[in-house]
Amino acid sequence: MNSFTSRLNSLFAFTLSVMAALTFGCFLSTVLNDHLRPVQLSVGKVSVKNVPDYSADRDRSDLGFITFDLFTDLSPLYNWNVKMLFLYLTAEYKTKDHDLNQVVLWDKIVKRGENTILDFRKTNTKYYFWDYGNGLKGNENVTLSLRWNVIPNAGTLPNVKGLGSQVIRFPDQYTAGRF
Amino acid sequence: MIVSSALMIWKGLMVVTGSESPIVVVLSGSMEPAFYRGDLLLLTNHKEEPIRVGEIVVFKIEGRDIPIVHRVLKVHEKEDGSVKFLTKGDNNAVDDRGLYARGQLWLEKKDVVGRAKGFLPYAGIVTILMNDYPKFKYAMLAFLGIFVLTHRE
Repeated sequence: MNSFTSRLNSLFAFTLSVMAALTFGCFLSTVLNDHLRPVQLSVGKVSVKNVPDYSADRDRSDLGFITFDLFTDLSPLYNWNVKMLFLYLTAEYKTKDHDLNQVVLWDKIVKRGENTILDFRKTNTKYYFWDYGNGLKGNENVTLSLRWNVIPNAGTLPNVKGLGSQVIRFPDQYTAGRF
Repeated sequence: MIVSSALMIWKGLMVVTGSESPIVVVLSGSMEPAFYRGDLLLLTNHKEEPIRVGEIVVFKIEGRDIPIVHRVLKVHEKEDGSVKFLTKGDNNAVDDRGLYARGQLWLEKKDVVGRAKGFLPYAGIVTILMNDYPKFKYAMLAFLGIFVLTHRE
C-alpha cells in the first residue's frame, strides 16, 4: 500500500505540474497580441425623445434612437488562447452634467469556432440609449465604436477598441409621438 | 516554512494588486460562457484606475456580504471624478438594478472591491465541490488529519 499511494501521489503531482506549465505557456504565447481589427460602422435613423425613465428615477431624461450598420472580420483575432470575444457597441459623449458618458447599446458573444465575420444592416439597439439627464438633444459629438473583451483560455482579460468609429449627431428637436 | 512562504506570497499579492482578496473563485453562472463556476479570477483594485464600460468589476451591495462579478454597462462620470455606473451579468437578461439596494439605481467607486484582470479555468473547482457537498469537505479534512498523523518523516 505504501508504494502504491506514493506512486499515485507523485503521478498526481507530476500531472498537476505539467498542466500548470502548459497553461502558463499558453498564456505566454499570446500575451503580446494587440487584438486590433478595423471596423466599419454607420448609422441610419437618428432621433431623440425626452420621456420619464421608469426603469430609473422617473425624471424626464433624453432617450436616443439609432439604427446601425456594422461590418468587421474578426477571424485573425482567434487563436488557441481565445475562448470567446465579448463585443459591445459603445456610444461615448460629453454633456453639460457629465464630462464622460459611456453607454453600451448592443452586445454579442462570439465563441471560437462560431462565425467571426459580422455583417449587420439597419440593426436596432439591444439596450435603451438613456442619458443620465438631458444631454443628447443637439449633441453633435456622440462617438459610436465597437469594442471587445478578449476572454482567454488562461491569461489576461484585455478590453480593446476596434479601429474605426462613427460620429452620431442628434437633432436639435425632440421627436414627438410614438416610437 | 511552507506555511510562512505561502502566507508571504499571499500578502505580497494583496499589496501588489491593492485588493483584499486578489484571487477569487467564480461562484455563480451569471457570467457564462466567459466564466463558469469553479474558474479562478485574479483581481486588482487600483482606485485611481477609471471605471469604463466593458470592464469586469467585483462589487458589494451595501448591507450584503457577497461580492458580485459583473460587467459594466453604463458610465456617467463628472469632472470631479465622481462616477455612477450600471452593471449586468453576461448571462442575465436584465441589468443589475434589481440586485442593488432599495432605491439604489447606480453603483459608485466605493462599492467596487476589485477588477478582474486575469483568468484561470477550473482551478477553483475544489472550493465549489466543498461548498456543494459538505460530506466531501469533512472527508477531505478527515483524510488530511489521518495523513498528517500517520505520515512518518
